[in-house]
Amino acid sequence: MKKLVFALFFVSLGWTLSAQPETENHSSVKQLPKVMLVDLDGKSINTAEMGFKGPIVISFWATWCAPCKRELNTIQDLYPDWQEETGVTLVAVSIDDEKTKAQVRVYVDGKAWDYVVLLDPNGDFKRAMGVNNVPHTFLVDTEGNIVYSHNNYAPGDEEKLYEEIKKIAVKGAN
Amino acid sequence: MKIRLLLAATLTLPALSFGQVGLGNFSGNIESNFQYLNEDTVISALQPPSKGLMNSYMNVFYTQGNFKAGMRLESYLPRIQGYPDYFSGTGVGMRYIGYANDFIDVTVGSFYEQFGSGLVLRAYEDRALGYDNMLDGFRAIIRPYKGIVIKGIYGYQRASFVEGRIQHGPGIVRGFDGEIHLNEVIAWMADKKLDVSLGGSFASKYQADDQPNLILPENVGCYGGRIKMRYNKFTFDTEYVMKGQDPSQDNGLIFNPGHALVANLGYSQKGLGIILSAKSTDNMSYRSNRNGKSQELLINYIPSMNKTHTYNLVASLYPYATQLLGEVAYQAEILYTIKKGSKLGGKYGTSLNFNYSTTHNSLQHTSAINPLDSTGVTYTSRLFDQGSTLYWQDINFNISKKFTKNFNMILSYYNITLNNNVASVTKITKPDGLIRSNIFVAELGMKFANKQSLRAEIQGLFINKYEGKPVDKGNWATMVVEYTFNSNWFMSVMDQYNYGNQYKDRRAHHPYVTLGYIREATRIMVSYGRQRAGMFCVGGVCRQVPASNGLTISFTQSF
Repeated sequence: MKKLVFALFFVSLGWTLSAQPETENHSSVKQLPKVMLVDLDGKSINTAEMGFKGPIVISFWATWCAPCKRELNTIQDLYPDWQEETGVTLVAVSIDDEKTKAQVRVYVDGKAWDYVVLLDPNGDFKRAMGVNNVPHTFLVDTEGNIVYSHNNYAPGDEEKLYEEIKKIAVKGAN
Repeated sequence: MKIRLLLAATLTLPALSFGQVGLGNFSGNIESNFQYLNEDTVISALQPPSKGLMNSYMNVFYTQGNFKAGMRLESYLPRIQGYPDYFSGTGVGMRYIGYANDFIDVTVGSFYEQFGSGLVLRAYEDRALGYDNMLDGFRAIIRPYKGIVIKGIYGYQRASFVEGRIQHGPGIVRGFDGEIHLNEVIAWMADKKLDVSLGGSFASKYQADDQPNLILPENVGCYGGRIKMRYNKFTFDTEYVMKGQDPSQDNGLIFNPGHALVANLGYSQKGLGIILSAKSTDNMSYRSNRNGKSQELLINYIPSMNKTHTYNLVASLYPYATQLLGEVAYQAEILYTIKKGSKLGGKYGTSLNFNYSTTHNSLQHTSAINPLDSTGVTYTSRLFDQGSTLYWQDINFNISKKFTKNFNMILSYYNITLNNNVASVTKITKPDGLIRSNIFVAELGMKFANKQSLRAEIQGLFINKYEGKPVDKGNWATMVVEYTFNSNWFMSVMDQYNYGNQYKDRRAHHPYVTLGYIREATRIMVSYGRQRAGMFCVGGVCRQVPASNGLTISFTQSF
């Protein structure tokens, strides 16, 4: 009996150790959850497989949220440079519900935004990402890991965000 | 003993390693709000018997491959001021398990869902409002082919949260919805300029007849169709739904059917966006309890057709909430940005925004109705057949301009009319109930060299008079100053001054100071001061918040 248990113990220990290397990449990083949303053109998008090459900034906003619009309008002026230098894509996820959803396109085009805009009218993606209130901005690396997130917006926060983007853009190039 | 220990280790080691290999993905959030309130006779604020109040929530979502699970714990010790009175205790307020792959997504337990634009069915939550009509039961979503989605749901709705337990409504809700994006399904449409999506939904509720002397329909259906089109720079979408005979507390137990239509026509190009919207509804309250009122157990969602404002005096004094019994509404919204580099646009461009919305009653014709017949149908109504009673009107305009990299300004004007006899927010004696206000807002933003920044708002609200006296509480002035010290710390000071109140002793200042700390996904705010009674609204759903004076601490965290 004792021998059998010992044998089992070592077998299981072996299994445990052999299982270790695989865990390294997945230990404590948060992955982008999979939620089906539609973009402004009605095309369905799987949030876990958006298919962009570089880093992704996901910014939750709404047409009725003043600081959200302040953040995205500020980044809009910097966005061409950001894209050129880091290959980043900004995905602006609107949490406007049916009351104000129709105004999303008006705002996006009226402000001439160059972002990818997704609609989350019932808050499915917002909930899955653990967002309490907007604005909330996430930075996702090329493997779909969420590496940085920031709640709220104050002028100057975009500089900190860009520092973080540059970190992973360099890592991606190696 | 040793053997037992070894045996235990033998069994747990692989379990541990297995757990690590696929630890899965945890995400979620925490929110906690604490209030300590004082009595304040000037603004009629009361001190609750427990003095302290606290609402807390935590969501945890777990995914592991195709498996998913989640839950929310909630705690009301007791609930914060103005929150609906059917929340108490600590317990699990939401929980589910499920399985999802590219073809099928199945959930058992609690879920949120929306069919089309929500006119037939929408289960959602808004914690700030205390709104949560989630479904508890079974849901399947099938995607048999790219561009096709079919959903089926079956469940009870969450009605309230009492002593830490979910209380369900009395009616079962079931339904299905299908949507097809033609350009993804039909090969020859794939790269056509015309983009079309079609959809249809059906919902039904069952509630036993609880009126001994009436024969009430126990199963009530609601169904509709929708279309969404885009051609070049034009977009058009519409949804039309009908509801069967649904005698309820809302409509006074009449046997009329209900209908609703919402349509949007848009045009946009870089720098210009226009949208025209129209809505016509009649008898469209649809609840899983026919005796429900206000925001209880609504199965569908009828949005109010007007802009959601953000400035304090515009958003919370005289907001409009949708009238479920029927309304005809129109809205126009235009946003135009004058190009950068032009004379008027300046270096950064100048944005002009105009918005107009109006809502009237939907006419009810009784001439063809014999009041003595036994059908229980008391009137007839037609789409966009508008009556002469004004419920709401909002004309607003704003201009925003960034002058330099570090200085910007927004000027706004609002002309708002609210029919307080219909969408009641206060007590006034004016017979027609119309409250008209003109509101002016100037907002300035400045950024300094040391990365600190300042934002200031000056708001003035000027109200109409009745019999020589200002209506309701009269005129208001509000000032907000917000200072950001660095990316972690900010402070704001707000004062709302009711200088135009017809009673001198009520011309009160409402100072309110907030200190906030933010670090990545954590936010802590400490506020102290007076808050006036008012409406708190999100997405056209409002709740009345009583006046208060005291300390509020709020904490939010995402993970």
